[in-house]
Formats: sequence, C-alpha cells, structure tokens
Amino acid sequence: MSARVVSWLPKLLVYLVGIVLSLWVLAPLYVTTLAAFSSEEDVYKYPKELLPRDLSTETLSFFLNFAGMTDALWRSVFVALITLALSLAIGTPAGYAIARFSFRGSDTVRLSVVATRAFPIVILSIPLAVIFIRWGIDDTIQGVAIAHTALALPFVVLTTASVFANVPAELEEAAQTLGCSRASAFIRVALPLALPGLAASAIFVFIISWNEVFAASLLTLQNRTLPAEVLSLLEGAPLNFRFAGGFLLLAPSVIVILLIRRYLFTMWGRVVR
Amino acid sequence: MATVAQPVTIGRRLRRWEGLPYALILPTVAYLGLFFAWPMVQAFGLAFRVDNEWTLGPFRTMVHDTNFRPALTFTLLLVVVIVPIQFVLALVMALIANSKLHGHGVFLAIFILPLAISDLAAGLVWQAILTERGYLNTFLTKVGILDHEYIWLDPTKPRNLVIAVVVAELWRSTAFVMVIFLAGLQGIPHEYTEAAEVFGAGFFQRVRQIILPMLKPAIQVALLFRIIFAFEAFAVVIAITGRAKTTLATEAWRWQAEYFDSHVAAAYSALILVLSLVSAGIVIWMFRTPKAQMMR
Repeated sequence: MSARVVSWLPKLLVYLVGIVLSLWVLAPLYVTTLAAFSSEEDVYKYPKELLPRDLSTETLSFFLNFAGMTDALWRSVFVALITLALSLAIGTPAGYAIARFSFRGSDTVRLSVVATRAFPIVILSIPLAVIFIRWGIDDTIQGVAIAHTALALPFVVLTTASVFANVPAELEEAAQTLGCSRASAFIRVALPLALPGLAASAIFVFIISWNEVFAASLLTLQNRTLPAEVLSLLEGAPLNFRFAGGFLLLAPSVIVILLIRRYLFTMWGRVVR
Repeated sequence: MATVAQPVTIGRRLRRWEGLPYALILPTVAYLGLFFAWPMVQAFGLAFRVDNEWTLGPFRTMVHDTNFRPALTFTLLLVVVIVPIQFVLALVMALIANSKLHGHGVFLAIFILPLAISDLAAGLVWQAILTERGYLNTFLTKVGILDHEYIWLDPTKPRNLVIAVVVAELWRSTAFVMVIFLAGLQGIPHEYTEAAEVFGAGFFQRVRQIILPMLKPAIQVALLFRIIFAFEAFAVVIAITGRAKTTLATEAWRWQAEYFDSHVAAAYSALILVLSLVSAGIVIWMFRTPKAQMMR
C-alpha cells in the first residue's frame, strides 16, 4: 500500500507542476480575450468581471473605428503577404540546395545564414531608413516588406532545408530513373511531400512580419502597419484601445501556433541541432 | 557504357550540372548581400562618419546622453535576470512535455502557445493585467488578499517596473527555449536514462548527470539566441513602463524616430551589435569542448 503511494506521489507532483505552468501560460491569454470582448462599461469597471458574463464587440469596434486603424490592419496583411511571397520565392531554392547537394561551401552558406541572426534587426533598420529615403521608397509598404524579407529569409532557408531533408532523396532519384527530368521529379515528387512543411514555414513568416514593430515604425510615417500604429498611439491611449490592440496583435500568432504545431519540430529540427 | 552516345536533353544536362546548387542559392546570397550585409556596412558608416568625416562624435553624444547609463544597465539587467529563470522554467516544461505521462501532449500544446507572440502584444497583455484597475488587482481582491488597489506599475518604484517587464518577457519567450530543449531531449536515447534508473539513480540525479550534460548543445543554442534577442528588448518596455524605463534598443529607436539623428541611433545599434557578438563569443567559449575530451 505504502509502495503504491510512493509511486503515485511523484506523478501527482508532476501533474501539479504541469497544471500550474499551464495556468501561467493560459491565464493572460484568457484575460486578454475577456478584456477585448468586454463592453465599454466593463473595461473601466473595477473590480473587473473575471467570467465572460456580458460579452460585447464594443471595445474591438472602438479600436477598429479609430482613425486609420483598419487601413493599418490591411497594410499589415499586405506587408506580411509580400514578405511571405518574396522570402519563399528566394529562400526555398537555397533551402533545397542545402538539403540535397553537398557542394563546396555549403557549410559556409549554412553557417552564415545562421549567423545573420546574431545581427539584430535594430542595426539593420536605421541604415535601411536612410537608404529608402534615397531610393524614394520610405513610408511605403514595399519598403517595410523588403526589410521584413531580409529578416525572414534566413529563417526560410533554414526551415525549408530542414523540411526537404525530411523528404527522402531516394524518391526523387527513383522518379528520375523512371523517366522524370530533375525538374519534374522535384515538382511531382519532392514538392508535394514537402508542401505541409513549406506551408508551416510560410505561415510562420507571415507572423514574423505581422509581429515586427521596430523596423516597421522606423521605415514609415503615414503608412504605418498595425503594430507600428499601435506603438505610436500608445502614449496616453485609453484602456479599451490597449485591450483591443493587445488582443488583435496576439490572436493571429496564437492561432498560427495551434495550426502548425505538428510541423514545428520538422521545421526546427535542423536549426536546433 | 560510357562510349554509347546518349541524347543529351536539357534535363540530363541539368542533372549533371555542378553549378546547380550555386544557382539555387544565388538569389538568397544576392538578397542578403543587398539588404543585409550592405546596410550593416552603412550602419557603421553612419555611426563613424558625419558630413564625410571620420568622427567619434555620435558615440560621444551617446555616452554623454542622460539616458545612456540607465538604458545600458536596464538592458544588461534584463538579460541577467530573465535568462536563468527562463532556462529553469523551460527545462521543467520540456521535461513534462517529454514525459510518458498521460496528457503530456496537452501540456506541450499549451506550453508552446506563446511561441509567436510579439513583445509589443506581450507588453499590452501584462499592462492590462498589472494596471491599477486591472485583472491582477481584481483577482487578488476577490480572493481576499488585497483590500485596496495596489499600484503595481508605480513609476516611482523602479523595482516593480523591472519585475513587470521580466514577468512579461518570461511569459512570452520561455516557449522558444522550451522548444529547443525539447528537441534536445528527444535526441537523448532513453536507454541512457533507463540504465541510470536501473542502477538506482533518482530523478534529480538523472537530470544532473545525464540529461543536462546531453542537453549541452541545446542549452548553448538557446543561450545564444536568447541573449541576442534580449538585447533587442524594446516594445515590451515601452508598453509596460511608458517612458519610465529605457533600453539600448529603445534609445536607438528614439534617436531615429523622435530626434531624427541617424548617427547617434546607429551608434546605439553598433553598441548592441558589439554586445551581442561579445556575449555570443563568451557563450561559445564557455561551451567549448576541452581538447582532452575531444581526443576520446
């Protein structure tokens, strides 16, 4: 009997720790959602409601009706989509090359791509702001997308390399012996198998761009993306603005993680090891 | 076989062409050269050259600015306080997610939720929780711990502000470290821990003597990334403390966006880069494999 208790106790303890840590992660998410869907009255009420009694879209619509906010939201979406298209178009071939070929300098390429992460976005944005003024693309969504692509590209190269490394090269070789050209073996065999992983990588790129605020707010003045607009209006912003802004910035990133959870480790396996 | 003439199709030529991998990486190299490496060079140009003359002027302005010391100390303080706590938290989370318990998958799904949350969003979330008429005070009042609103984000109490930023960053960025640790844990063959168990090693002994040493590469990677990211702390500090606290990245941002002085902003970012590279160097040096061990 006592032996049974002894073997159960550590398990119970682990569950307890797990539940406490889960609450630590979930409670702020819950509170943010609750705050964003509370009525204007509830936003300023104290003590606040801790249960969803009186849900309302007042707070969110206050935020979205704020001058220029929907424009900023759409700009964020466009910048993220351009970034996604550009960085995948440029980075996927490089990822494929790193996964499939052993060529002289391949390790150097891989390492220098990893090393780009050591150079913070902070140092990149300031010269880009100066260069973009010279090029006449300051304060445009193209400019922001160019900067975000520079940020996302190393990520795309490494994750797509990891995705393609998980597609057996033998399958492509088999297709080639059966009469496919190199290109059609890639399109018909490797690409479909890699597609879920590539999609996960693409979705993550969307979020990288959606989240990025430092470069976005330095490269724009009138045409701000959502986070840059929120940041610029933050000083003295009312509570309902903060609650709704926090929720709208956060919701896509949480949904995305739920969507691509299964592919996270395929994507990051190579980066980590 | 080789003497038999084969029709050389484009596909065949492509298959044999040794330049193919280079052609595939060329766009990436070109893009990163133009929009990554070149701006980096420009950044140093901005920091060291004003009106076409070499100068240390921007650095002098930076060092003599009243915000410089507070920004530097707060940035370093955040790194030193956040990283150790976060690594312990992440290790516990990764061990639970990697265990054979029922529901370990559910724990994992919950633990990684904050993985992609931005520091601005995290700042807004914790501001909503910690603000005077916010959710933490509501909760503590309802439970009966507090009888009046406590001002958590009191600008006159710097220690409170530090704790608030630390908590927000721990909440947001621990998932990232956990993912790296979990990938590392999955690389440890369970024969090792099972053997240790058979020989009577307790849980903590297994963690200390098998799991931690085997996790060394993952710890190194996580340290490198986390320290570099921590030097970029910016929006979370603005969202929670307003102008009461500042970091190096915040100063770089203000000099560019508010004072329109790219030179001083570039000086700040050059400092951030140097600090990042130096600490990356220290981490790599700390985790170097001693020669004696490599021989084995």
